[in-house]
Amino acid sequence: MKKRRGLDFFTPDTSGKGVWLAEEGVSAGFPSPADDFKEGRISLDKVAVKNEAATFYARVAGQSMIDAGLDDGDLLVIDRSLEPQDGKIAVCLVDGEFTVKRLKVEKDCVWLVAENKNYPPIQVTEDNELMIWGIVTHVLKAL
Amino acid sequence: MFALVDCNNFYASCERIFQPALEGKPIAILSNNDGCVIARSNEAKALGLPMGAPAHEYASFFNQHKVEVFSSNYPLYGDMSRRVMEVLKQFTPQVEVYSIDEAFLQFAGFDHYDLDTYARQMRKRVRKWTGMPVSIGMGPSKALAKVANRVAKKFADRTGGVYVIDNEEKRVKALKWLPIGDVWGIGRQHNKRLVFQGVRTAYDFTQLSDAWVRREMSVVGLRLKHDLMGVSSIPLEMTAAPKKAIATTRSFERMIDDYGELRERVSTFGSLCAEKLRRQNSRCHAIYVFVRSNPFRDDMPQYRNSTLVSLPFATHSSLTISQQALRGLDLIYKSGISYKKAGVMVTGIVPEASHQMSLFEYENPKHQALMQSIDRLHQRFGPHKLKIANQDLSRTYKMKQARLSPRYTTDVRDVICVK
Repeated sequence: MKKRRGLDFFTPDTSGKGVWLAEEGVSAGFPSPADDFKEGRISLDKVAVKNEAATFYARVAGQSMIDAGLDDGDLLVIDRSLEPQDGKIAVCLVDGEFTVKRLKVEKDCVWLVAENKNYPPIQVTEDNELMIWGIVTHVLKAL
Repeated sequence: MFALVDCNNFYASCERIFQPALEGKPIAILSNNDGCVIARSNEAKALGLPMGAPAHEYASFFNQHKVEVFSSNYPLYGDMSRRVMEVLKQFTPQVEVYSIDEAFLQFAGFDHYDLDTYARQMRKRVRKWTGMPVSIGMGPSKALAKVANRVAKKFADRTGGVYVIDNEEKRVKALKWLPIGDVWGIGRQHNKRLVFQGVRTAYDFTQLSDAWVRREMSVVGLRLKHDLMGVSSIPLEMTAAPKKAIATTRSFERMIDDYGELRERVSTFGSLCAEKLRRQNSRCHAIYVFVRSNPFRDDMPQYRNSTLVSLPFATHSSLTISQQALRGLDLIYKSGISYKKAGVMVTGIVPEASHQMSLFEYENPKHQALMQSIDRLHQRFGPHKLKIANQDLSRTYKMKQARLSPRYTTDVRDVICVK
């Protein structure tokens, strides 16, 4: 009896890589000496975001923090995982509204201090409802 | 030990995180196209607003009770869900994302941990980092973790949102408290039959014989019984099983009389299903198409019909699926009807790797390369830039979302404003 010939099995390509132009071009010349030194580009995310799950963004409205460099329309990076501390800039909720101010923690009260002499500091006592929503870590401004 | 972590009123909580003034106010979330209520805050539940309430019938109810009504904002809910899951993964590597707002966690090798304290830490961190309130139930099996979660939620004042079933006394007490219909996986049919047998609580269920449970409720029911007895029988599923059916269905924002327009919609739905298939590396063997008129307009002729088109080979080609969906539409289309809803569902789904090649009928192999190129182009230039010629080039489907909140976390133009 003749030996049975083996069957060839074909497996569909599941690599998910499509037909695409080689962007750098293909040539048979000398390979780029820079190939061995490829690094990722600088990413602002990596600079400004330490904790992705806890990072949110907000837009500044108004002038209350201009002396701290927070101008109207700037984008704030907020990290909710950080603990509030004296001197930190925080997004807070006072009586149902979002506000960004510098925290000044004293023995029996907290001050929300604006960085603009036209805005008086807000004293938070047990009577007000204060929630610290997150700590501002960076500010991004378009020039 | 297992834990079930469940976000409290997830959709409503997502909205509240970015609009804290809504704390304590009734909130309702509407389905796609603002059709009916799909989620409610506790306050809205207390007002007697039912699940599934049609939005247009409840307009005056919303006004009268000052209910805050939102269109569903899936980009926001999806992102908040991912954030919660990311935080949970820091506590154990074994996390099964069970739904958008629930996850099972397994704690193997945590014997020397005080799991109650650990769960409270977990709850606190999720709340602080993401703003999301969660309830946590723990037990020696998934079904018992689910039971414990109900206790944690129901008696939130006493439990602080965390309950651990870690001894026989707690297990029996919780099972005797829980009505059988509220047990995980007991549907309406089983509930009816069990109540008929005199089974009122989860505890009664565990007293039935293995033989009876297996005969009446198959091995699935038996596993549930053992799980409830504290013998873990339902394993954690870490990798999501490929979906068994994928559907794209829409209610139209206005009724469609024109055959050409309806064809265009169905073709688009088919092509969207194909994209979903390719994203999960699967193919389908059959395509189900349905159309219907508007049941709320009983002054107009009513019609609904559907058909199943089966294919001789498995495909994920937009061209094939669109074409076959249109073939199906031709079979069920009736003129003189104003259509309100249509949909395409693909079934008989097989993983890409295991699809059988057919001997005599197969797809043009060029489709594969073409689809991969299309997907690459979409990745680069944004979704739905490249269309099949029977799709309308100018049109992109617009859902009715009159009460949509901003996409606070997924679009930089939509972030919160702070003064």
